[in-house]
Amino acid sequence: MAEALADVTRVAGLGMIAIRADLARAGDAIAEAVGLAVPVTARIVTDGSRSLGWMSPDELLVILPSAEQAEAMSALDDALVGEHSLVVDLSDARAAFDVIGLHASDVIAKLSPADLASMPQDGLRRSRAAQVAAAFWRIDGGFRVIGFRSTADYLQLVLENAAIAGSDLAPR
Amino acid sequence: MTHKPPFRLPGGGRLIDRAYQVPFRFDGRTLRGLRGDTLASALLANGQMLMGRSFKYHRPRGPIASGAEEPNALFGLGQGGRFEPNQRATTTALLDGMVMRSQNCWPSLDADVGAVNTWLSPMFPAGFYYKTFIHPRPFWKHVFEPIIRRSAGLGRAPKAADPDRYEQAYAHVDTVVVGGGIAGLTAAVEAAQDGGSVLVLEQNAVWGGRSPVDHKQGQGAVDGLLDQLRGMENVTLRRNTMATGLYDHGYLLAREALADHDPNAGIPRQRLWRIRTGRVITATGALERPLAFACNDVPGVMLASAVRDFIVDYGIAPGQRIVVVTNNDDAYRTALIARNAGLEVTVVDARPEADGDLPQAARAANIPVLTATGIAKVKGGRHVEGVVLCDQSGEGTPTGGLDCDVVAMSGGWSPVVHLYSHCGGKLIWDEAQAMFRPDPERPPLGADGKGNVTAVGAANGDLQCAEGLERQESPTMPVWCMPEAAPYKLRSKMWLDFQNDVKVSDVELAAREGYASVEHTKRYTTLGMATDQGKVSNINGLAVLSKALDQPIPATGTTTFRPPYTPLTLATIAAEARGDAFQPLRKTPIHDWHARRGASWEPVGHWRRPYCYPQAAEDRHAAVNREIMAVRGSVGTLDASTLGKIIVKGPDAGRFLDMMYTNMMSTLPVGKCRYGLMCSENGFLMDDGVVARLSDDTWLCHTTTGGADRIHGHMEDWLQCEWWDWQVYTANVTEQYAQIAVAGPKARDLLQRLPGSIDLSQEALPFMQWVDGDIAGIPARVYRISFSGELSYEIAVPAGRGLELWEKLHEAGRDLGVVPYGTEAMHVMRAEKGFIMIGDETDGTVIPQDLGLGWAISKKKADYIGKRAQARSFMTDGSRWQLVGLESLDGRVIPDGAYAAEAGLNANGQRKVQGRVTSSYHSPTLDRPIAMALVRHGPGRMGQVLEFPMPSGEVLKGRIVDPVFYDKEGSRLNG
Repeated sequence: MAEALADVTRVAGLGMIAIRADLARAGDAIAEAVGLAVPVTARIVTDGSRSLGWMSPDELLVILPSAEQAEAMSALDDALVGEHSLVVDLSDARAAFDVIGLHASDVIAKLSPADLASMPQDGLRRSRAAQVAAAFWRIDGGFRVIGFRSTADYLQLVLENAAIAGSDLAPR
Repeated sequence: MTHKPPFRLPGGGRLIDRAYQVPFRFDGRTLRGLRGDTLASALLANGQMLMGRSFKYHRPRGPIASGAEEPNALFGLGQGGRFEPNQRATTTALLDGMVMRSQNCWPSLDADVGAVNTWLSPMFPAGFYYKTFIHPRPFWKHVFEPIIRRSAGLGRAPKAADPDRYEQAYAHVDTVVVGGGIAGLTAAVEAAQDGGSVLVLEQNAVWGGRSPVDHKQGQGAVDGLLDQLRGMENVTLRRNTMATGLYDHGYLLAREALADHDPNAGIPRQRLWRIRTGRVITATGALERPLAFACNDVPGVMLASAVRDFIVDYGIAPGQRIVVVTNNDDAYRTALIARNAGLEVTVVDARPEADGDLPQAARAANIPVLTATGIAKVKGGRHVEGVVLCDQSGEGTPTGGLDCDVVAMSGGWSPVVHLYSHCGGKLIWDEAQAMFRPDPERPPLGADGKGNVTAVGAANGDLQCAEGLERQESPTMPVWCMPEAAPYKLRSKMWLDFQNDVKVSDVELAAREGYASVEHTKRYTTLGMATDQGKVSNINGLAVLSKALDQPIPATGTTTFRPPYTPLTLATIAAEARGDAFQPLRKTPIHDWHARRGASWEPVGHWRRPYCYPQAAEDRHAAVNREIMAVRGSVGTLDASTLGKIIVKGPDAGRFLDMMYTNMMSTLPVGKCRYGLMCSENGFLMDDGVVARLSDDTWLCHTTTGGADRIHGHMEDWLQCEWWDWQVYTANVTEQYAQIAVAGPKARDLLQRLPGSIDLSQEALPFMQWVDGDIAGIPARVYRISFSGELSYEIAVPAGRGLELWEKLHEAGRDLGVVPYGTEAMHVMRAEKGFIMIGDETDGTVIPQDLGLGWAISKKKADYIGKRAQARSFMTDGSRWQLVGLESLDGRVIPDGAYAAEAGLNANGQRKVQGRVTSSYHSPTLDRPIAMALVRHGPGRMGQVLEFPMPSGEVLKGRIVDPVFYDKEGSRLNG
């Protein structure tokens, strides 16, 4: 049997923090607290360990090793004192998968109506995977996909189904 | 004359490989074809011209076409879950070991009993069923319909599940070219040179469309274009991919056949492409039209183009003696190709003269050409034996005859305008070519209001599009009836729709009976309503209708072209959504524990929640009773993780929540909880839940399970659209937490057994307060709230640690007899306490005041969502149905939803009603039935008895009582 289009692996140990604030006003403080520049619309900034993604005009998502979660939360709380904002821990609300392989983009293209070709290298798309909400961005060798914890099994199943060997999208 | 071998020519056959034989089974016989054959060519190679039976008269049918338009040669393919009815023999590739079954015949294709219908055909004119089975009326439902249903439908539906995989994929391209013939490939080169991405779709496995068959240099020209396209980075060529439908905003669906040729490859069998494109170029070619002459449905009568396709593509001799009958020059190509293959050919041309390049070439090849001539009748029953000739302009008086085994007919060509028409492109009638073609002035419009579909080549009516390869052709002469003045006897044998048995005389009858609209005529006669969707019959049919109505063809117009272009397997549309992936199943962090405990599930939205946990031989009812008694007697745990949890924060959060809820949330002290009601703008109760104030500017709102996403959206809607200047942020943290209710008189006892930082005493944590801390080493927030009426704590912990806490509780409480309890125990216990349930006591038409919840509606607030609506006259006039309890008089449970009847009938002759049961259970706590109901003036009618008539005629009786059945004083809340 040929190889799968991509390997689908659940990622453990990720912390996630949602930040809601006026990014024009509080952007600098957030950038300093997180240690990453604030991304522009629909992009994600990363240093390899931590990432900061644009979720909406007033929402950012921090993704980081879970060991750094608590400290980052309090750094953000401190940085945003006096600023109308919301910082919440969503680490447990999410499930993350890495889709790595030569045809990883084919796997995404079977499940999401997003246009991957026009998605910039550092793009973050909030979209769906088949019937559930999902967001994804590029990582080395493929994509990282996040969805809700309650539908993690479904998400894994549809990702694996889309990745079955021999089903790449290249014309034949 | 009969059909004689050899059926496979000694040479030719550009698509077959003579080195590889392919065995297959047809109606129980083993036959052999060649690699590259279609089912149709393989059957013809075995001398099997009879390939089906028509739907209505069970007439013998052979293939008339060689492609997607084929109406006759349809088979049931495969076995078991892979069985598929109505598969076109002309487009299905032959596979090793294929099993095919003929349709619409019994006991066999050769000896079909249903064929008696053809002798009775004078008794089955158009509209026969409508006219015959309408009286007497009651017979329709009980006699006629069941019989007709049994004999209706061509092919049988498969009964087993389809074992193959299917999938969908999305594509985004600037230009899609549909059709890989010479026109499409030429257009693709031009589009690609202009820049942007170009996707070319070809429904067949081979590129080139008709050119390789029709023109000597055709294959070379096609190969040249393909080479050019393959060298362009912005071009994708996708074959075996049929564009099925075009929808608004450049949304195109296409089906790619991936493993139709190899079902055991393990890859998806078919893929549905969902394509967003800026521009569509339809190069879908044209379909040849049959001619309407008597007995044109006898097997062996084929389209002229199909005859030459079988010769050139598959090296098949459809017959040894061929009569080509035509009204145009193109059919002479068939004559020339057949003659070149060594077959005997005569051309019968309806036109008075035929002197174009092609007819001249035919004469030069010694092919006899008879002009101004038509076919009066085809001879033969199960196979063509000859034709009777006549003057085209006459009434069919025989002028001679020819023996033959194939009639190759051509009535001209109709552009394939389906995609162009699917989302609004208009057609014009081209008088000179006798065809409808796309009107370039009225194309389908894109989002910018400009045309986004362009038709090119034959699809645009340009039948001479293979530039430089063409020979000049003389004009086509419209022939809608052959001969022109044929009498009824001949017209009643001229088939228009071969699959559904619609003849010229049927369409004329419809016109006489007043069916002036082409859409009505279609439905009355079933013209074009078969599985081929009338690809070869529509234009001829509406031309006949126009003549019968004595109006020009464009005045009649066409029927609507609807997707899909050819039928699409349902499995391809469902794609990955089957089996475990049919629908997402939401699971709480404790889901697997419930499953291991044998939970009986209840679907709640996409969640599965334990309804109860039956033990051993227990039924659900017994399990629910046991769980309730355990909670009331000791302690139980409920997985409440599905409840919605929304954080609301900001300087204006209090003000915002005062608008969201009917009661006051801004005054709630930090550390406390309050039960709140949410109404729609129309005043109706839509959600409820406990709100906790977390800090000076932060609240946490619990919603119902079903309300989590909806209420979050509702909040954001108001914040973003109405109160955009209020400083409030919300976050839906439902899935961040596992939430466990620990309820029962021993609840505190149980929790105190786990080490932790939280003082759970009555003094430190009274009812309707919350506290943060840790329990068993897990960070936790504990709410003292109760939906059961018992001493109760709800504990929220990070979802990832929910199972850990749950298991620890069950371990620590083993000697207390701690039970897990499900949603039904929760429902019964809340009903015993008279607590309402959203969705039971509410149905979108109930206001809080109806439910005796006036105490939860602030009188002080200037406004809240729903306030004004609740002040309307019919909300306040006192005649609304209001919440009460019901006590069954005879100990039987009054069914949920039962209506309380009152005297008299309403305007519809129905019994008047004065209330209905909203919740009804057997209470194990009280050991008697309890119910809640909405009753007109209910709370003022305590002690009165209501009657609930049952469908059986029995009448149950219930006494109106207070809705709180258990522990009215609330003494159990504190344990």
